[in-house]
Amino acid sequence: MKVIVQQESFAPGQVIQTFQDALPRGKHGGVVSFVGTMRDFNDGEDVVSMTLEHYPGMTEKHIEQVCAEAAERWDIVDSLVVHRYGEMFPNDAIVLVAVWSAHRANAFDACRFIINYLKARAPFWKCETTTAGEKRWVEHNSKDPKAEVSDSE
Amino acid sequence: MVNISIKYFASLRDRMGRADEALELDGDSATVSEVWAKVTDGQSIPDSTLISVNMEYTDADTVLKDGDELAFFPPVTGG
Repeated sequence: MKVIVQQESFAPGQVIQTFQDALPRGKHGGVVSFVGTMRDFNDGEDVVSMTLEHYPGMTEKHIEQVCAEAAERWDIVDSLVVHRYGEMFPNDAIVLVAVWSAHRANAFDACRFIINYLKARAPFWKCETTTAGEKRWVEHNSKDPKAEVSDSE
Repeated sequence: MVNISIKYFASLRDRMGRADEALELDGDSATVSEVWAKVTDGQSIPDSTLISVNMEYTDADTVLKDGDELAFFPPVTGG
């Protein structure tokens, strides 16, 4: 399991390949990944940029806990999460979740679990800047940090 | 004497006008809600506010110990 919270932009495909190259050879039969990217619209307004704030230490700790829970629930080979903070722009990758397993069902399920619980628990806050120059905090992913958010949230 | 540190994040930091502070509590202990009342001149904690102590989620009834790091923040919006 590896969790990286960083300010720098990243190329998800390269990060997945580099991590996979270091895994034991022949033990995984597939990788399922989710990449969250930035939209240029939200709540009916055009968004030009977004700044993500986090709680250093607590953010990493809670993503690691979610990944550890996934590894207990499903038979997976390994998992990787990269999440950015700071300023980003439309199309930028915000988050990458990748899960390797011997058979795809476990990787699909664990990947979905990790992104949905990460969104509910990991302390990040999005502040959008609209085309009108207005800065506004995004309200919420979930009202309960113990609950999984749904795929549509 | 109980010394704690408090952090505020995102929109809650904007509202409080500060990102962090240190607080010395009279007596042996205090709950999270008592600390909030102290730093906001007697207000109660807004409904949607999340609370952590030493980077674990907790609730307003938690009793604070010397050296604890308390944080208040709005619902999270990562991912």
